[in-house]
Amino acid sequence: MSELIIEDLQVRVGNQMVLNGVDLRVSSGEVHAVMGPNGSGKSTLAYAIMGKPGYEVVSGAITLRTGRTVISRETVTPENTPRDRVDLIDLVGLSPWERAHAGLFSTQQYPTEVPGVGLENMLEEAVAAAGGDRSAVEVQVADEAELVGFNADLLYRSLNVDLSGGEMKRSEAVQLGVLRPRIAILDELDSGLDVDALAAVSHRIEQATQQDNLGVLAITHFSRLLSVLRADVVHIMIDGVIKETGGPDLAAQLEQTGYDPWLDKRAESPVEIYLGDSEDYRDYERL
Amino acid sequence: MISPNFSPELAGALPGPEWLVSRRVAAAEQAAVGALPTPKEEVWRYTPISKLDLARYQLSTEPGGVSPVPVPQMPMAKANPETVQDDLADDLVDGSDLAESILVDTSNGRLCAVNGDDRAGGAVNGLGSKGLQVRTLNADDAELAASVDVDLFALMNTAFSVEPVLVKVPAGVDVPATIVVRHWFDVDGAAVFPRLIIDAGPDSSVRVLELYGSSDIAAFVSPVVEIRAAAAARVGYLAVQDLGPKVWHIGSQVCHIASQAHLRASTAALGGEYARMRLDTHLLGRGATGDLISLYYGDGEQTLDFRTFQDHVAPDTSSSLLFKGAVDDSSRSVYTGMIRVRPDARGTNAYQTNRNIKLSETAWAESVPNLEIENNEVRCSHASAVGPIDHDQLFYLESRGVPTETAEQLIVRGFFDEVLEQFSVPEAVPAVRERLQAKIAGLSAGLISAGLSSGYE
Repeated sequence: MSELIIEDLQVRVGNQMVLNGVDLRVSSGEVHAVMGPNGSGKSTLAYAIMGKPGYEVVSGAITLRTGRTVISRETVTPENTPRDRVDLIDLVGLSPWERAHAGLFSTQQYPTEVPGVGLENMLEEAVAAAGGDRSAVEVQVADEAELVGFNADLLYRSLNVDLSGGEMKRSEAVQLGVLRPRIAILDELDSGLDVDALAAVSHRIEQATQQDNLGVLAITHFSRLLSVLRADVVHIMIDGVIKETGGPDLAAQLEQTGYDPWLDKRAESPVEIYLGDSEDYRDYERL
Repeated sequence: MISPNFSPELAGALPGPEWLVSRRVAAAEQAAVGALPTPKEEVWRYTPISKLDLARYQLSTEPGGVSPVPVPQMPMAKANPETVQDDLADDLVDGSDLAESILVDTSNGRLCAVNGDDRAGGAVNGLGSKGLQVRTLNADDAELAASVDVDLFALMNTAFSVEPVLVKVPAGVDVPATIVVRHWFDVDGAAVFPRLIIDAGPDSSVRVLELYGSSDIAAFVSPVVEIRAAAAARVGYLAVQDLGPKVWHIGSQVCHIASQAHLRASTAALGGEYARMRLDTHLLGRGATGDLISLYYGDGEQTLDFRTFQDHVAPDTSSSLLFKGAVDDSSRSVYTGMIRVRPDARGTNAYQTNRNIKLSETAWAESVPNLEIENNEVRCSHASAVGPIDHDQLFYLESRGVPTETAEQLIVRGFFDEVLEQFSVPEAVPAVRERLQAKIAGLSAGLISAGLSSGYE
C-alpha cells in the first residue's frame, strides 16, 4: 500500500505565496479530485508535488509511503539504493526524476513539446535509469497504445509535437501504462479532449487503479471529468488551501452552486492569478 | 605583405594549365600586398583572427597518408587501371556507371587516390557514356576562371590551391550516386588550400559529400567551394568538417544558382580550433532556390563561425536557411546572416533561422540576423535565439524519470534532428549523428577517425 502524504504544504512562486497550508492524503487505489476556480493553486499543487523548479516549498512536507519492507542496515547491498530501503520517502529536495523513480507520475494540462525526442526513446531512458528492462519498452508501448487507441504512427513523432489535445493525453496514458507509477497527478486531464479520448484515457486510469493499485490525484476545474473518472474523495481548493473535503456528492453540489459558497469574501481584492505554465509563449515560431 | 611563405613565385611554380598558373600568380600578387583582416571589420567581429600568424605555416605540396575517416557505405565504381594517363589534365573516373559513387581522396592538398586505388593506377582518360567528369582542372576550363574570392583567404586559395577538384556534370545528366571528396591533413605546420568546383550543367542533378579530417596537428586549412547550378540543375552538397582541435579552418563557399535551379547546401561543423565558413548564395535566375541547412557543435575551447549571405538578384527566387548550433565548455559560436533582396528581385521568399543552445556558463554564442530589402513585393523573415536548454522540456522528461544529464542529452540530440533530416546526403547522416552524439555525451576525442567503427566499411 502506497500513500502520498501532503502536510501543511506552503509553496511560493516568485514573490507570491500560492499554497497556504495544504493537507492531503492519497492512498493506493483511491481517486481524489481537487477542484477549484482559476488561480486557486491547483496547478501549483501538481507542480510542487512533482518538484518543478521555481515552485519553492516554504514549509510543510510531501512524503511518499512506498509500502516497501524496510530493509535492515545489515542486509543493505549495493543493489538496493537508499530509496529502496525506506518506506517513507521525503520528496521535497528530490529532483523530478527521483520523484518519478519513487513512484510519482504527473500529466500536464498542456504537455510540453520536445522536438526530436520520441516517446519510446524517452521511456527507454526512464525505464533503464530506474533499473528496468529497456528492451521490454517497445512491446509495452505498443500494447499500451492499443489499449487507449493511440495511433501507432504517432509513436514515432516527437513528443507532443503536432499532436491534438486528445492525442497528447492518450500519449500520456501510454506513458503512465508503461511506467506504472504508484501515484498519478493528473492536471486538467479533460482539457482539450474530445469525448472519445476522454473515455479511453479515463478508462485506462481506472483500470490502473483497480489492477495496479494506482492512486490518483485529479486536478480539475469542472466536474465534467468526474462523470467519466469516478472520484472517491473530492476536495475544494480556494486560495491555496483545502476548504472542504467530501464524497462524490460534493462535486454534485458544486455543479449546482459553483464555487461561491466557498469563496472568502475577503478575497475580493484583486487576486493575481498565476498561470503556472509558460507553454503559451515561445520566443520564436517555427517557420 | 601577409607572409614571405606565400609568394607569387611559389604560386607560379605550382602545376596546372596556363590559365590557372596566371590566375594563381595574379591572385598571389594581390594577396601579397593585402593585410590580414581584423576584428574591427564587421564580417570578422567576434573572431580570434588577430591571433593568426601565417608565418607559422608552410604551403603543403606533397601528399601524406590517406584519410582514415570512414565513408558512408555506398556502392563504389571501380577505376579502370588500363587507361593510365598523364596526371593533371585527366579525368579521374569516367561516368559510365553513374549508379556507383565515386570517392576522391586528397592528402595535404594533393589528389592521392580514386576509389581506393592510388592515383597512378586510378587516373582514367576520356569521358564516360554520360560525360560526368571528376578531375583536376585542365586547359579547357578557362571559363571557370572568373573570380569568386570573397576575402583574403579565398584569394590565397586561388593562388595556392595545388590541385583543385572539378565535378562537372553535363546538361541533362542525373547522377544518382553521391560523389565523395575526402580530405586528409597530417603535416604539422602545413597550409592547405583545398578547392572544390561543382559545375552542374542545365537540367542535371548531382550530390557531393565533402569530408574534412586531420590527425592531431596544428595546420591552416583554407578551402573554397564553388557551386554553379545552371538552369534547372539540382545540386545537393554536404560538408562534414571534423578537423583536429589545433587546426585553423577559414573557408568560403560561393554558389551561383541559375533560373529554376535548386541547391541544397549543408555543413556539419564539429572540429577545428577556430573554424569559419563564409557562405555566399547568389540567386541569379528567375525561380532559383537555395536551401542552406547546417549544424555546429562546439566544445573545449573551439570557436565556430558562420557568415551567410543570401543574395536575391532575380525575381521569384527563394532561399531558406536553418542553422542550429550548440556550445559547451568554453567554446564560442558566431552566426551572422544577411538576406539581401535586390531591386529586381520581386516575389522573393527568403527565410533565415539561427538557433543556439548554450550548454555551459562559460560558453558563448552570438547570433546576428540582418535584412536588406530593396523591393516591396517580398516575403522575408528571420529568427534567432540563443538560450539554455528549455526548462519545460527538461522538466517534462525528468518528470517521467529520465535523469537530468540524460534528459539534456536527449533534448540536444533532438534539437539537431530537424537539421539532420534535411541534409541532402542522407547516407552521411548516421556518421554525423554518431559523431554529434559522442560530442554531446562529452566523449569528444576531437577526431572523427578516433572512435568510429559501426555502420561503415
